Amino acid sequence: MASALGAGLIIAGKDLKLELRSRTAFLSSLAFTALVLAIFNFARDPTLISATDLAPGILWITFSFAGLLGLNRAFALELENRALEALLLAPVSRTSIYLGKAIANLVFVGLVEGVALPLFAIFFNVPILPVLGGLTLVIALATIGFVAVGTLLSAIAVSTRFAELMLPVLMLPFLVPPITGAVQVTSRLFAARPFAEMAPWLKLLAGYDIVVVVTALLIFEFTLDQ
Amino acid sequence: MLAAMLLLPAVFIRALAFTPAEATQGEAQKIFYIHAPSAWVAFLAFGVVGICSVLYLVLKEPRLDRLAASSAEVGVIFTTAVLVTGPIWGRAIWGAWWTWDARLTSTLFLWFIYFGYQVLRSAVHEPGQRARFSAVLGILGALLVPFIHISVNLFRTLHPKPVVLKPEGPTLPGGMLATLLFAFVAFTIIYAAMLWQRYSRATLDDARDAARAEADDRA
Repeated sequence: MASALGAGLIIAGKDLKLELRSRTAFLSSLAFTALVLAIFNFARDPTLISATDLAPGILWITFSFAGLLGLNRAFALELENRALEALLLAPVSRTSIYLGKAIANLVFVGLVEGVALPLFAIFFNVPILPVLGGLTLVIALATIGFVAVGTLLSAIAVSTRFAELMLPVLMLPFLVPPITGAVQVTSRLFAARPFAEMAPWLKLLAGYDIVVVVTALLIFEFTLDQ
Repeated sequence: MLAAMLLLPAVFIRALAFTPAEATQGEAQKIFYIHAPSAWVAFLAFGVVGICSVLYLVLKEPRLDRLAASSAEVGVIFTTAVLVTGPIWGRAIWGAWWTWDARLTSTLFLWFIYFGYQVLRSAVHEPGQRARFSAVLGILGALLVPFIHISVNLFRTLHPKPVVLKPEGPTLPGGMLATLLFAFVAFTIIYAAMLWQRYSRATLDDARDAARAEADDRA
């Protein structure tokens, strides 16, 4: 497992280096995220609904759309010049390929979220600093589940027709547990509710992460088997 | 198949003419004899998809893939029946076609998962690849169902509680219970018959595609 993780880190490093050189995906994801946040401004009447009531939903819808865009990138990248075949020929296990892609996705989505979060706080006037610790925890838990299942499904979606449309259709039902959990915890954080009210949701998020990561590691090889 | 088709009107006649109407809900409650058995068959069908998917990845037997695909398709039909009959009852009793209730939401997402499964199958042509992809999605889908159920159950629910399968034993009056059990058996037989029909067709489809591919190779 340690060697699989090592090879995975090398693959993740390769992906991130590629991204660092062009920065196209990162910058367009950021622009997209900022636009979604700005457009949400038109969807609410500030005299009727307070920003803190609507904010958790806005935050998580924005994160899931930005994440979906980022996930397509991981395997679409390998289709160019048939790089996927070279990756499959390399002396690394399929598990390493999955780990590498998932880690790169996690870093990518995490960075987008890291920039989007302060922007969100400014746009919707939500004080995030007092709850930053809890917020980081819930973002990490939800993003791990999201990326774990998303990496697996994007490996499937990329080799079908209409790949860009296929991923959201397959993926959105799998976002129900992480997104509902994250929205519930986030709104309780903003409302300064006691921890006991968040615990069942955090358990759900953690349980989901464990189940999807283990399952994905077990069945990922079948998405690439040539 | 013919016997199964005859069972459906038998359920209707028994439910409408020979079962007492419920005291507070009146005739609207009769839709329950279609709604609940359909939901049972949908879960059964998706359970079969999950089991066949795991077995396919282990055994690589094309028949298991065909069985999973057929069961998913029949399951979507029964989930559609649940989603159509539910609002008809809800309109009469709750006064609203739809509420974002735990059971309703989870059933809707159940439908989405297996609808996505059909879309995925139609977007992949190579049979081996299609079978592997579908099996992966079938396994993930089966794992997701309990999670969606838990996550929506943490909210409150308006949906009527189970009246048969519960620790204290059934609380449904005898005549209604008999009709319901009859409907469960009938719907399960209908499921088996539809599955068999669909499976036979899938076998023929695969044979035709294989023959066509062979002819293309020779040409």
